[in-house]
Amino acid sequence: MDLQIALLLVQDGIVNGAIYALMALALVLVFSVTRVIFIPQGEFVAYAALAMAALQSGKPPAVLWMLLALAALTLLVEAVRQARGAEVDWKGTVVWAVLLPALAALMLLVVQPQSMLLQVLSVLLLVVPMGPLVYRLVYRPLAHATVLILLIVSVALHLVMVGLGLFFFGAEGSRTAAFSEARWDVGGMTISGQSLVILGVTALLVVAMFFFFERSIVGKALRATAINRVGARLMGIPTSLSGDLSFALAALIGAVSGLLIAPVTTIYYDTGFLIGLKGFVAAIVGGLGSYPLALAGALLVGLLESFSSFWASAFKEVIVFTLIIPVLWWRSLNTHHVEDEE
Amino acid sequence: MKPLHLVIGFIALLAAVWGYLPPFTVTLLCYIGLYSMVAVGLVMLTGVGGMTSFGQAAFVGLGAYATAWICTSPQAAELLGALPKGAYPWVGLLLGLAVTALVAWVLGAVTLRLSGHYLPLGTIAWGLSLYYVFGNLQSLGGFTGLSGIPPLELFGLSLASPRVLGVVIWALLLLAIWALHNLLDSREGRAIRALKTGRLMAESMGVDTAQQRIKLFVLAALLAAVSGWLYAHMQRFVNPTPFNLNIGIEYLFMAVVGGSGHLWGAVLGATLITLLKEQLQDWLPRLLGTTGNFEIVVFGLLMLLVLQRASTGLWPLLANATRSWLRPDAPARQPVGGAAQLDQRQLPPAGQQVLEARKVTKRFAGLVANNAVDMDVRASEVHALIGPNGAGKSTFFNMISGVDDPTEGQVRLMGQDMRGKPSRAFAALGLGRTFQHVRLLGERSVLDNVALGAHRRGHKGWVASMLRLDRGEEAAVLAEAMRQIERCGLAEVAHTPAASLPLGQQRIVEIARALAGQPAILLLDEPAAGLRHLEKQSLAALLTQLRAEGLAILVVEHDMEFVMNLADRITVLEFGTVIAHGTPAEVQADPRVIAAYLGGDML
Repeated sequence: MDLQIALLLVQDGIVNGAIYALMALALVLVFSVTRVIFIPQGEFVAYAALAMAALQSGKPPAVLWMLLALAALTLLVEAVRQARGAEVDWKGTVVWAVLLPALAALMLLVVQPQSMLLQVLSVLLLVVPMGPLVYRLVYRPLAHATVLILLIVSVALHLVMVGLGLFFFGAEGSRTAAFSEARWDVGGMTISGQSLVILGVTALLVVAMFFFFERSIVGKALRATAINRVGARLMGIPTSLSGDLSFALAALIGAVSGLLIAPVTTIYYDTGFLIGLKGFVAAIVGGLGSYPLALAGALLVGLLESFSSFWASAFKEVIVFTLIIPVLWWRSLNTHHVEDEE
Repeated sequence: MKPLHLVIGFIALLAAVWGYLPPFTVTLLCYIGLYSMVAVGLVMLTGVGGMTSFGQAAFVGLGAYATAWICTSPQAAELLGALPKGAYPWVGLLLGLAVTALVAWVLGAVTLRLSGHYLPLGTIAWGLSLYYVFGNLQSLGGFTGLSGIPPLELFGLSLASPRVLGVVIWALLLLAIWALHNLLDSREGRAIRALKTGRLMAESMGVDTAQQRIKLFVLAALLAAVSGWLYAHMQRFVNPTPFNLNIGIEYLFMAVVGGSGHLWGAVLGATLITLLKEQLQDWLPRLLGTTGNFEIVVFGLLMLLVLQRASTGLWPLLANATRSWLRPDAPARQPVGGAAQLDQRQLPPAGQQVLEARKVTKRFAGLVANNAVDMDVRASEVHALIGPNGAGKSTFFNMISGVDDPTEGQVRLMGQDMRGKPSRAFAALGLGRTFQHVRLLGERSVLDNVALGAHRRGHKGWVASMLRLDRGEEAAVLAEAMRQIERCGLAEVAHTPAASLPLGQQRIVEIARALAGQPAILLLDEPAAGLRHLEKQSLAALLTQLRAEGLAILVVEHDMEFVMNLADRITVLEFGTVIAHGTPAEVQADPRVIAAYLGGDML
């Protein structure tokens, strides 16, 4: 290996690492606020990427029907809850189950946008409401279940979403048009505009999330919920609001990641799972609790992956996933007291 | 009619019709048996032990590939040249079990000391990785796999036909269920049942919960490996597909849908999922007009529905429906003292220092919860720790029982420095305790709960329990538990589930559990809370008697009358600092204590 190849691999690793970083952020966010280990995070990536590809080939993405079905089902569930005397947050329900899905349908079926910006907007409108809708239908009835049960639920949901992904998008992979075709030659190394877009958007999202959690009242409420769920509820922060929001953010981050990566990698209906899992490896490096460590972990995963694809490409997945063994081993050395599971 | 009769009837029926079933049904039943074997391991892991694994298919794969490689590879043939061909599958079985045990042990040792979700995440990574390893190793045939695996042979009888092999499969499955049933009904079984909701409590009873969890995980993996070994010799061909992550998830579905808390739920779940998959693979492509792995959508939805609506699975529903004619097992045997002797502890002489805290300080970030607390508890003495709410009593209690480490200072038990030691080490030295928030296994009987307290005094392990070689010791443990229950006045409720007792009585059950361990020192966290007046009197009488027998007793309590009448010495904490120390009379006269309890400026 010469320096040139090494630099190329580093560049590749950083770009992929940025995507894993976004995954890891979403996973840490959802886990700390709702205790859900959100295995289906990667499905949002695949859905967004494949929906964008469908739009660019002039077809409205069929997965819209899934969104509409989720919305209808949610409305039905909320109506039943209302009839049974439960307190229903209709404002949120209207936003997630009526307004955004209606806008998505309008954009995808009627407007059928040609400009890339509007296409991006349409895909976001399509994918983001799925987060809170899935939360309400799948996780909210189990709000008091153990982390373990919630994890099994996540895996079941992952299967459902992958299967539906296959149904709506088919088995063929797709790539989308790059956001930037620019290329620069820096010291004998080619840097593509698309990879700068990926890094730039990732940095922007990370900074935006930082300000959201540090400065905004809603962000602070989410943080409070993450630290002490019962305490936050007693202070008047509704559990369902934090659930809606964290899943919406997770879906948003997933969709953005999908849009970013689709021009660089061919995405299949089941690609998202592997991307999401690598985000998990990164998040586990940070103990599923620390954002900065998760970012560092993501970079590590990206670099490890790009270098192992050079040396042992058939085993690159094995090498990346095996990374968690030494990480967990190191963490387990520092625990000698037992705590009961929640 | 009892469940055992039903099981025997089920086996007899299967045996009677076995010869007449059509070949397709026999093959299907073979698969159900193989899947059940994996699922029953998952029931132990998930429903009983509170852990889970998505990677069982990979362990099945290890079992299958190990024997496939031994039986087909020229290198293996070179190594085993001297052995007859018929012995190869048995070498394959041993290799598969050894490799599986090693992998499972490493995975478990790395993840199971951490919180519960790391093991399942680890098994996802493991399940994915192994698939790629199998697929990319040319010596294992890559993605095309290995073929030409010979059938099993037993005493010259070929097990090539599913009709013959099926008997072996189901015999092994039933044997496994019998052994697991025995295991759950033993000293080790009580410890295993505590893993799900009572790890902290079990550690305080001297159970090494991390080790138990690792053993349980290895056991489940070994069952999967045996299933894989049989699978390879039934199919006579292996490739990576049946061992990938999706199948691993399916195994978990079988356990959860069937009923993850019940061994037979595994068989029910394996049967249902296998039959359903069969039908779905037939119907879905026709319905959707396209082929693909769509049954996962149905499985996923089914799983979501079961977890939301019937989280204990279908087996309990079935058990409920049959309750009218199917009597559960006879009420627990009345324990009789067996021949076996439990470990006995020599109590220290009266007045000897048993527990000693020196300058114990605990800081949580900026907050000082305990500030240089000194205290000692002596044999044949009741020592009370009192103080207003938030004085730091619970924090201190945690540090002298091994639940937490002091930031500074030293805790000595029986003269030994306990820094960094887990609470089971405290139990080993003779510390018995109760919990402020009662920690009992609510669904288990009072007797079962109390018997867990005597865990350390028995020694029969997993294998002895599975083979029923532990009955003498088990009888002695139960007899000891019964003795403590009677002593605490709970004999009438010995066989009722602990959760059905009023809270006050549950606290007494905790005391009985601690006594079953024959402690030298007893730590009681608010034992009188929730007791009625007469119950308090009998508790005081019990503690007085225990003191006379030579126990050292430390009580944290809010009931002043109870404390003042009982305690020999009292330590008073306020804002994490000792403000008074002495006999009840001295403490009651101390102006700082009066100020702390009644408010107002002191001094």
